[in-house]
Amino acid sequence: MTGQITLLVLGRLGVALITLVIVSFVVFGATEMLPGDVAQILLGQAATPEAVAGLREAMHLNEPALLRYAHWLFGLAQGHLGTSYANHMPIAGLIGGRLMNTLQLAAVTTVIAVPTALFLGITAAMYQGTLYDRVVTTTIVAVISVPEFMIATMAVLVFAVWLKWLPALSFANDVASFGELLRIFAMPVITLCCVISAQMIRMTRAAVIDALKMPYVEMALLKGASRSRIVLHHALPNAIGPIVNAMALSLSYLLGGVIIVETIFNYPGIAKLMVDAVATRDLPLIQTCAMIFCFGYLTLITAADIIAILSNPRLRR
Amino acid sequence: MPLVDVRDLKVEARTDAGRRIEIIRGVSFTVAEGEITALIGESGSGKTTIALTLMGHARSGCTITGGTVELAGRDLVAMPESGRQQLRGTEVAYIPQSAAAAFNPAQRLIDQVVEVARIHRLMPMAAARAKAVELFRALALPEPETIGNRYPHQVSGGQLQRLAAAMALIGGPRLVIFDEPTTALDVTTQIEVLRAFKTVMKQGSMGGVYVSHDLAVVAQIADRIVVLKGGEVQEEGPTEAILHCARHPYTRELLAAFEPLRSDAPAGAANRPPRPVVEVKDLVAGYGPLGKDGLPFSVALRKVSCRLERGRNLGVVGESGSGKSTLARVIAGLLPPASGRVQLDGRELAASARGRSKDELRRMQIVFQLADTALNPARSVADIVGRPLTFYHGRKGRAREARVDELLDMVRLPRALRHRLPGELSGGQKQRVNLARALAAEPAVVLCDEITSALDSVVAAAVIELLKELQRELDLSYIFISHDLSTVQAICDEVMVMYKGEVVENLTADQLPDGARHAYSKLLFASVPKLDTGWLDSVPATVA
Repeated sequence: MTGQITLLVLGRLGVALITLVIVSFVVFGATEMLPGDVAQILLGQAATPEAVAGLREAMHLNEPALLRYAHWLFGLAQGHLGTSYANHMPIAGLIGGRLMNTLQLAAVTTVIAVPTALFLGITAAMYQGTLYDRVVTTTIVAVISVPEFMIATMAVLVFAVWLKWLPALSFANDVASFGELLRIFAMPVITLCCVISAQMIRMTRAAVIDALKMPYVEMALLKGASRSRIVLHHALPNAIGPIVNAMALSLSYLLGGVIIVETIFNYPGIAKLMVDAVATRDLPLIQTCAMIFCFGYLTLITAADIIAILSNPRLRR
Repeated sequence: MPLVDVRDLKVEARTDAGRRIEIIRGVSFTVAEGEITALIGESGSGKTTIALTLMGHARSGCTITGGTVELAGRDLVAMPESGRQQLRGTEVAYIPQSAAAAFNPAQRLIDQVVEVARIHRLMPMAAARAKAVELFRALALPEPETIGNRYPHQVSGGQLQRLAAAMALIGGPRLVIFDEPTTALDVTTQIEVLRAFKTVMKQGSMGGVYVSHDLAVVAQIADRIVVLKGGEVQEEGPTEAILHCARHPYTRELLAAFEPLRSDAPAGAANRPPRPVVEVKDLVAGYGPLGKDGLPFSVALRKVSCRLERGRNLGVVGESGSGKSTLARVIAGLLPPASGRVQLDGRELAASARGRSKDELRRMQIVFQLADTALNPARSVADIVGRPLTFYHGRKGRAREARVDELLDMVRLPRALRHRLPGELSGGQKQRVNLARALAAEPAVVLCDEITSALDSVVAAAVIELLKELQRELDLSYIFISHDLSTVQAICDEVMVMYKGEVVENLTADQLPDGARHAYSKLLFASVPKLDTGWLDSVPATVA
């Protein structure tokens, strides 16, 4: 049986790897299809045709696309991310700090949003149909319905403009103290929590309610188990699969989907870097950012699937 | 003072539309210390609802609105929920209908069995485990020392049911509630489980409430019987008295449904030369991909041959997993066999239903066990029955409507039901619609796959009667698959006994039940409970 689990997990990892290769192909192809000649754009309107041709030669742009793709993928696998077109700096250096910033924001949001979502989802399921449940579910629907830029703008208006408690812009680079850190992170984190936890709460509540309908839950009740024991011991372990999947989907948003939040709060994260790269037509940078987002997404989804496989009692010995 | 004293109990249910219906209307009965009382009645009679009130529990949507339920002098209705929690598992314990569903799939069996001791802090865990092993042994479970380390999906249905009994008994309750604990089991398994229950209940001198619709099972284990219908007590008395001198008409109806109905020889069958309508030769079938030897991964049928003659009925019996439903699926073309042939009226049929002609499909219809899942819940009865009329016979409009009415008459359903959805019908009515749909095709052969298994005995008897009538009128032949031997006996001319995918014996109806020669058929027929309180003790233990 354990062999079967190993096989399933390895299979899942293999699928993730294949997906990653396909995604890299799509990313490369999509940037390749962008209109305009890179050498021409880099050298500007006044460049002589000879200069453009020379640059093309230097950048290997005359080689077939497939060969360049292979080069790029090979380099990527070895950690050579390439050089930026715009300022000729190594991409690894450009991304490094920005990625850390985004991951920091994601980590703080996760630490706050996941426990809150679990708590609200589980308690709403436990007290299904009560006033508490209705308040929670109605609020969630309201929060889901409001777009994030609206929440972000409202937060700025309330906390920065009216109350003057928090700065309107975040610069993660000059953090002096823990209080400073809190002040900087407060608004982006609040906004992101609103965006991602609503879905997590809904899915958790639904999964636990489904599990609570099972006959073994009634059996636990008839054994004299308390309500919290019934939920935590009998319902929750059987609802882990769907809950973890919902969490992974929501959390993946923290990598690729934070563009709006990073832009509004002027937070120096990787999503904002990518937007800037698009403006300067910095293809290697765009490709790398896209690959990082896809990699993060795949990691989360694969982890959720593996947890679901491991939590399936039928596969246990 | 009696152990249980239920007085004028009333329970209300709220429908989805918000309407309140009284489902238990003033029920009173008592259970003495150490006595087992059976609550018997068809589904919807409120027997499970009453049993659950003995634990102070009402399922969601239901509320206890009146009366008292006293357990050893304490009223469970008036008590706060925390008080009831303390009694559950320690004073009163529950054995569910489907242990397979009542065990948490994510936990080891032993942890669930000793959970009562953990919740109520009855004893140290090591002592609880030791007691559990003792109970496993008393319940005749195999490998009592280690069976608890398995997960629920790793043991059989009969073993799970006994494990559920161990789970109920671990807290040393004074009252045990059995909620149809053997209904989901094969007869051969049922007898083992019943025997195990009876032994431990006698040893522990516990009181019990046994909920069932099967009088013969109840006769083996109960001291008293309470007959319920529509949420009211119809009759109450000692088991012997109920079985032998029932006064209430409903009780007599229940008893009558139990009389083994002899299959009367179909009219004219004797003087017609036998002509096989369905002939099956050397069928091998199963599930999963074919291996190198040409056999499927999991073989369900091994070289099965049988024949059905026109106007006669073939019964197929055997325990679950014997391959009887697979046989029906192969004959109907739903599951192409690995090898072997199926002939209809002497002509060979394509292996898969897709390769058969419309007329071949029409002449052979299948009726499934669960009418609930076989009928589209979003279609009205008229749509469901009318669809094959259009498909096979091209009937439309008024002609189709008129034929639907005729078919509803044929299966004894009021025409007014034609606009109802399946969800608005009772179990028996749904099975009749299911049958009417098969008849709409005007078939020569009807494959009946466990069609009475989900029905109460009275309703099932009525459906069997209907099948016989239809056979006389429409010149049908049935292949009747069932694990319930008395229904097979009531309708079939020949009976084929299957075991692990093989035909072990072919018998004619008049040889039943004593003419069986093969050891497995003997065991199967001997395991059918009889309406006789001494039956269980009289069956030699070697059978069980």
